[in-house]
Amino acid sequence: MEYFVQQLIIGVTLGSIYGLIAIGYTMVYGIIGMINFAHGDVFMVGGFIALTAFLALIAIGVTAVPLALFLVLLIAMALTALYGWTVERFAYRPLRHSFRLAPLISAIGMSIILQNFVQIVQGARVKPLPPLVTGSHTVMTSEAFNVELSNIQIIVVLITFVVMAGFSWLVARTRLGRDMRACEQDLKMASLLGVNVDRTISLTFVIGAALASVAGIMYLLYYGVIDFYIGFVAGVKAFTAAVLGGIGSLPGAMLGGLLIGLIETFWSAYFSIEYKDVAAFSILIVALIFLPTGILGRPEVEKV
Amino acid sequence: MRRDPTPVPNKASHTASLSLADALKDAVLAALVAIGLFFFLIGLRSEQGPTGALEITTRLPTLAMVVGAVFAGALVRALIFGRGPIGLGRAIPPTVTHTLEVAGRFAAPALLIFALLVPVLFYHDRYFLDLGIMVLTYVMLGWGLNIVVGLAGLLDLGYVAFYAVGAYSYALLATHFELSFWICLPLAGILAAFWGVLLGFPVLRLRGDYLAIVTLAFGEIIRLVLLNWQHVTGGPNGIASIPRPSFFGLPFSNEEGGFAHTFGLEFSSTHRIVFLFYLILALALITNWVTIRLRRLPIGRAWEAMREDEIACRSLGINTTTTKLTAFAIGAMFGGFAGSFFATRQGFISPESFTFGESALVLAIVVLGGMGSQIGVAVAALVMLGGFELFREFQSYRMLIFGFAMVLIMIWRPRGLVATREPSLHLGDTKTISATMVKQGQG
Amino acid sequence: MSDDAPILIVDHLSMRFGGLVAVDDLSFTAERGHITALIGPNGAGKTTVFNCITGFYKPTSGLLRLAHPDGGVFYLERLLNFRVAKLARVARTFQNIRLFSGMTVLENLVVAQHNTLMRASKFTFAGLFGLKSYRDAERTAIDKARYWLDRTALLGRADDLAGSLAYGEQRRLEIARAMCTDPVLLCLDEPAAGLNARESAELNELLTFIRNEHKISILLIEHDMSVVMQISDRIVVLDYGVKIADGTPEQVRNDPKVIAAYLGVEDEEVEKVGAEVGL
Repeated sequence: MEYFVQQLIIGVTLGSIYGLIAIGYTMVYGIIGMINFAHGDVFMVGGFIALTAFLALIAIGVTAVPLALFLVLLIAMALTALYGWTVERFAYRPLRHSFRLAPLISAIGMSIILQNFVQIVQGARVKPLPPLVTGSHTVMTSEAFNVELSNIQIIVVLITFVVMAGFSWLVARTRLGRDMRACEQDLKMASLLGVNVDRTISLTFVIGAALASVAGIMYLLYYGVIDFYIGFVAGVKAFTAAVLGGIGSLPGAMLGGLLIGLIETFWSAYFSIEYKDVAAFSILIVALIFLPTGILGRPEVEKV
Repeated sequence: MRRDPTPVPNKASHTASLSLADALKDAVLAALVAIGLFFFLIGLRSEQGPTGALEITTRLPTLAMVVGAVFAGALVRALIFGRGPIGLGRAIPPTVTHTLEVAGRFAAPALLIFALLVPVLFYHDRYFLDLGIMVLTYVMLGWGLNIVVGLAGLLDLGYVAFYAVGAYSYALLATHFELSFWICLPLAGILAAFWGVLLGFPVLRLRGDYLAIVTLAFGEIIRLVLLNWQHVTGGPNGIASIPRPSFFGLPFSNEEGGFAHTFGLEFSSTHRIVFLFYLILALALITNWVTIRLRRLPIGRAWEAMREDEIACRSLGINTTTTKLTAFAIGAMFGGFAGSFFATRQGFISPESFTFGESALVLAIVVLGGMGSQIGVAVAALVMLGGFELFREFQSYRMLIFGFAMVLIMIWRPRGLVATREPSLHLGDTKTISATMVKQGQG
Repeated sequence: MSDDAPILIVDHLSMRFGGLVAVDDLSFTAERGHITALIGPNGAGKTTVFNCITGFYKPTSGLLRLAHPDGGVFYLERLLNFRVAKLARVARTFQNIRLFSGMTVLENLVVAQHNTLMRASKFTFAGLFGLKSYRDAERTAIDKARYWLDRTALLGRADDLAGSLAYGEQRRLEIARAMCTDPVLLCLDEPAAGLNARESAELNELLTFIRNEHKISILLIEHDMSVVMQISDRIVVLDYGVKIADGTPEQVRNDPKVIAAYLGVEDEEVEKVGAEVGL
């Protein structure tokens, strides 16, 4: 039982990270019907920027962890958002009216660019960061096992929650959110009604990238290591989460993320850790075959 | 998910060049963006110091150079092209494109003759022979994937899975059952085709990007299984000591019953390499011949029709599911053949050779070559792999350039190198079709 | 008996999309060898009915009974998309023309004969090795294509790209392509849309030719009354997914409910408005 609860805690933490990345996928797919292949690598870039920012702050003497964390969040979100904007502007926007495969190939190319760029400029080796947030609380005890809830786990879930809440407010209450929802429904009509489609799409990418960078920071803090390849696997899993929860649905993305995080954790804990990625990828296939609209998604009727 | 095509941009693109002031403004903005993007990643660098902890170093001169380059590039672009798109079409004068078109008609026979003569021309240069073998392997993979992506319009991002199934099947059959290459090859192809059907059946009704990501997931699953199923696949160590090919029974060794001895030649290890070269050339040409024949048959036409409009196909009574499955299976089969060849050529295989990067590379070859065009795929493979080899010293840079090439070619020439389609039937005179009219498939 | 039986019986057909009722308990009969028109204001559910008949939607409830002249009976609500065309031999055209624009006109028509050719090529094997039986079958297919190209005045464009054809020509090509599948029921979704008066008249000729010479039954969605009134044997009128009239062109033309539907008048006021208008 205690082991189960521990896995639950781990799964929720991991799931929060996936959920944050999944939102970027689901938003972009919802608005322009394209899988942003490079999104996972944007998450990775966010992590790297955060790492370097942390080290820079420490080097110039900012050692108070909460302050450092806050500054890093700001910096990483802003700069990763810039990456998101740049990627959309240069690799996707020119292809918006091109054939179906074009943005996909371009996205794959972008993913390769980002991965190799980071590999070249920051080195191919894994980067370890000493744990910045330490401490944990014993939540349950038993003879054999203590269930630990660490501070970093609390922070990850808390920040995810805050960011999600803020973002939901943005989509539901602001002009931008309304524009985004309009574009999602009917791009042509939205543009005819005066919505600045280019800007709305750009902002979608920007926000998705910012959220991915938060995920990157959380990943860095939680695992303590980062390397240039984490984007690929995390990206596929996060996309699985988006599909599972229902593509185009924000709560769906979060729900999907949590589910994937939990499934991956429990699979590793109770079955086999080598095949945990296989489990995640298989879920993607199964979800798309049996549940293509996801749990919270809207069923789509083919227009003939 | 099908969406309406997005509206045409509502502002006219400025194709006139800008004034110096405006160009400078563009360039400054570009430089600022560059600083934002690159400060933390290029300007600073974290390395593990002697204690194992990360230390930070600055590389501001490098940063300055990169930002400067961006500034200069943006300035030049603004001055020459204004804010409009950089059309490669405008950059290349019509006489050049016309000459290319005329030359293009001779490309196929010329390349074929060249390929046949490569072992003769480069007999003493092992490096080029090996390079030729590698290029032909990718040409075959490209032609195989072309059936799936180019003709049928299905987005397959996991083609490497069939390559791997072919290679491992061959390796296992050859090492455990000691069957000859000529038996293992068709068996491996059948197994790969079988996997193609198995995978295809549940997923082929998915559309577009979904199909792409599912095939990618499947490719990764295969790789992970190969990596972890130590018992059967040897895990990360792979399978070694795969029997080398023989000349229809005569081994390529320096002995009595060997190839060299039987034909009265002086033994040379190059014999085997030349044999391998012609073998892959033959396999590739078979792939090519089958594709061309199939295009003229109902199944091939159905593939191309499906690529154009799947719903219309269904309304004509075409079973799109079996049509897609056939494309998938045949493409998989050729991938499997290529995998067999790979296994016997290398003598050793491991999961490292079957990553997503391979799928992406083959897909790039097909798309950049031009939809469904056989000669385009061949030229694209030659150019890309040749380019890779040229940049051999710059290992990680060449992947970066590859990524850039993919993005840039999509922006400048999305239809690929060969932008025309040859119809498979005529009533009267032949006419080739320009690419702008041909659809690329919704998956 | 089978010769007189209606070709299509639509029996209590309903189609629901979530909470939206697109077609509500629709019943009508299409007689063999007749041109039956389905008309009604936009959004009345006509294309939805077509999609149900041709296997693109699965009806929420109801029966679609198709009877072939040779006695074969098919329940279309149970047939999966392509099988409606392949087994039941119901062909259709689309509201927003769906041609294979990157292929030539001739190729479009030969693709339509896919199933026949597949059988002849023994699922590709005979074809792969150039056997005579396949080559003959292909020649027959091209001849059939030629016949329909001739009938639709497209013979001169046979080797041109379908996408390069003028709008009217593309509409005709779609009909020619549908005819190449040898259907017993031809469903046309707004074939006259965007055609001028001369082209509409030519369309009328073509459809009457198909009905008279080839004895093919036609189901037609159309807004152009000059086409509908002239060639239809029977007209079914829909409004908001419900049938409001069913009869000969004469009967329908004078039906106050029909006029009211097109004018957008409330049910209760129909008689009053009818009186005012002078019916």
